[in-house]
Amino acid sequence: MKLELRGITKRFGDFTANDRISITVEPGTVHALLGENGAGKSTLMNVLFGLYQADEGEVLLDDNVVRFAGPGDAMAAGIGMVHQHFMLVHPFTVAENVMLGHEVVRGPARLLDLDQARNNVREISDRFGFHVDPDAVVEDLPVGSQQRVEIIKALSRRAEVLILDEPTAVLTPQETDELLAIVRQLRDSGTAVVLITHKLREVQEIADKITVIRRGKVVGTALPTASREELASLMVGRAVSMTVDKAPATPGDVVLSVKDLTYVDQFGVTQLDSVSFDVRKGEILAIAGVQGNGQTEITEAILGKIPATSGQVFLDGDVITDLPIKDVLMSGIGFVPEDRTEDGLVAGFSIANNLVLDIFDREPFSKNGVLRPRAIAESAEKNVAQFDVRTTSIGATAASLSGGNQQKVVLARELSRQLKLLIASQPTRGLDVGSIEFVHSRIVAERDGGAAVLIVSSELDEVSALADRIAVMFHGRIVGIVGPETSRETLGLMMAGASTEVSA
Amino acid sequence: MSATAEPQAPQRTRSDEARSMLREIAESSALVIVLAIVASLLLGGILIVLADPDVQEAAGYFFSRPADTLSAAWDALSSAYSAMFAGAVYNANAATFAGAIKPFTQTLTVATPLIFAGLGLGMGFRAGLFNIGAQGQIIIGATLGAMVGFMWHLPVGLHLLVAILACVLGGSIWGFIPGFLKARTGAHEVITTIMLNYIALNLVAYLLTREAFQRPGSNNPQTPVIDESAQYPLILGSQFPLHLGFVLAIAAAFGVWWLMERSTLGFQFRAVGANPQAAKTAGMSVPRAIILVMTIAGALAGLAGSAQILGTQKSLTVDIAASFGFDAITVALLGRSRPVGIVLAAILFGGLRASGPTLQVQAGLPIDIVLVMQSLIVLFIAAPPLVRFLFRLPSPRVVKEVTV
Repeated sequence: MKLELRGITKRFGDFTANDRISITVEPGTVHALLGENGAGKSTLMNVLFGLYQADEGEVLLDDNVVRFAGPGDAMAAGIGMVHQHFMLVHPFTVAENVMLGHEVVRGPARLLDLDQARNNVREISDRFGFHVDPDAVVEDLPVGSQQRVEIIKALSRRAEVLILDEPTAVLTPQETDELLAIVRQLRDSGTAVVLITHKLREVQEIADKITVIRRGKVVGTALPTASREELASLMVGRAVSMTVDKAPATPGDVVLSVKDLTYVDQFGVTQLDSVSFDVRKGEILAIAGVQGNGQTEITEAILGKIPATSGQVFLDGDVITDLPIKDVLMSGIGFVPEDRTEDGLVAGFSIANNLVLDIFDREPFSKNGVLRPRAIAESAEKNVAQFDVRTTSIGATAASLSGGNQQKVVLARELSRQLKLLIASQPTRGLDVGSIEFVHSRIVAERDGGAAVLIVSSELDEVSALADRIAVMFHGRIVGIVGPETSRETLGLMMAGASTEVSA
Repeated sequence: MSATAEPQAPQRTRSDEARSMLREIAESSALVIVLAIVASLLLGGILIVLADPDVQEAAGYFFSRPADTLSAAWDALSSAYSAMFAGAVYNANAATFAGAIKPFTQTLTVATPLIFAGLGLGMGFRAGLFNIGAQGQIIIGATLGAMVGFMWHLPVGLHLLVAILACVLGGSIWGFIPGFLKARTGAHEVITTIMLNYIALNLVAYLLTREAFQRPGSNNPQTPVIDESAQYPLILGSQFPLHLGFVLAIAAAFGVWWLMERSTLGFQFRAVGANPQAAKTAGMSVPRAIILVMTIAGALAGLAGSAQILGTQKSLTVDIAASFGFDAITVALLGRSRPVGIVLAAILFGGLRASGPTLQVQAGLPIDIVLVMQSLIVLFIAAPPLVRFLFRLPSPRVVKEVTV
């Protein structure tokens, strides 16, 4: 089925999220929609899927104009969507999830016909080699398999156009490869695939046609043979460097030392299993791993946000394991949390207040328990200028900022103190190419300024670009610590639990 | 079109600006609150008309003489609203100027405990705590204040001061308990404060049966009148009910504003309320903030108790708190948890309440109509989309995040 969008315009108040966007997706092709966060890709797809109504423009399927009042209409017309955040009922089985909303019943008692659903799942799974058990409970499945359940859901409703919204954000490199193989199969069987992403590597690997969107407008189309630099500069609107400029590390004394750190959570699950490593002055240690393998817990245990069950953390030789968070921060640790909106910022607070969230009670920002708004504002103006935070004023709320600018606020705050150690979790998650470049250069600058840096990232590109050493985690343990030149394949295997004797 | 487009361009920008400013006003919740009040007055008007006996009678022959029904409805409405105005703000029929403004001083007097308790609850709301316990805190505060007031006999000045402090102490203890339980054990403040309300109420009922609390020569559950030296002085002379508590309430409003907006403590309270995770990650102590906010809120409710016991009632009964502790929740919500808003909302509610008797006597309407209107205001405020729909306001702009 051929999908065509003609002059789609969608406004939110004064803000134009989509400005006369036109694209055509031929059956049996993969069409990549490439753009930074906030460029309007998801809005466009939500219009297509019937979640939003376009202000102008029309959607055509096989040259016939269609109108969708909601996702139900879109699905009935043969459009399937795999959202970035899966829409699955966790305690249900695969078959139950697939039939959800399209339940088939049989007999006078109108019982659910689970057998038919099972067969349906099995048939699709076999056809594309998904290896998904229809009776498996969804919450027991790894993320990659859950995503396949979403795809089965779409295919079971005879989707001929499949939209994948940032499908690889949650996958390991291996799972990503498997997904791309599946997408190829779907394409070859005649499905039109729309791939929404900001990852250039995937686009180059699989797309037949690329449409680049910037600030709600189509700014160009490209072929997959275009270089990464070309694609990136189309996306951002200016030339972008794809590598991090950094001199070799000159490691000094050990700053952070983690010894046999173990953390058992409230449910009795061992999240950290006697983890030990050192980070030296002037080096960047990156912790790689698929999300949920203990990386978050390491950073939070160092900060003191979660209590270590056993083991110790030393900063410059002093134990900081049981100190209150405040004291840990003030002993010279900067902390950029993994989820900036959840842990890093108070969304309803002004940018100025967010910039002093952990130092509001020190001079010059307050004296004897009284805030000094002028000092806070002056420092905010300075930080906003220095970190190039794009905002109308320092009085604007943090919620009004884009993700990249929010991250700049968090970084500016943490780097405004004199640091011995910078801990940054997923420092560029959800950021566009331009902001990533900036954040990376600030992190390297911090290293070169003499701080020890601990990075947690599930992006292998980022790990390879930034790290002086790479520690790979799997199931709460450090599988190995390797050098930055280690290949993606080796890192990917380690992330899946294969231990290695290589060390650096 | 193209010929005139160019010279018009700058003008259009300006009108665009004006429009976006209007939109901002239209989107602001302050306007929603004002319109909610208007809508509830209108709806209340319908009830007044329906409840009026003259209207009912005229409606019996509506189809032969519809004008009678309409004029009766108009009479009912105008007499009800003028009675409300006369009872709450300014009585134009009074013989003297003092008589004319007395209703307004009555309004401010009723507003006083609402301001105090509303300030405390508003602080809690901003710190993310849904404190339902003002009622119990008022009761315990008033009880301690009453004990100092009639059991102790201290010099003038000192007696009042000690009595006020006793009210503050009582309220803060009753606020500290749920705060401590929440901070240490995670017990939800809604449940614990509601239960503490019952405990406070029944504790007072029990105390009032004890000999030490009984008024000599009376079997009623009522304490002796507190010493005059422990009463709030009347600030406008003896012909007006307004007492010093009102001045303290205004001072408290300023104090709370300062605490929340200008002190590091308030900064923490607001951060903990808006995002406890981020506050914790930034090194703030969430449990400490919870305990402090609840204790201060309790102290303010205790001051509301002082306005009752030392200002208007002067002797302790089980009804000492009336329904001020619950009305204060509404006041705090209506005032959007901001001191200025709370003072205005408390005065509005004080006015509605003060107008009740006049409404009954002058317009022959049941006093309950006032409660219905209060409730309607809250109902509308709780449902901003309803108000926007009624008045055809634009919905708030979708934040950019939607377009990721």
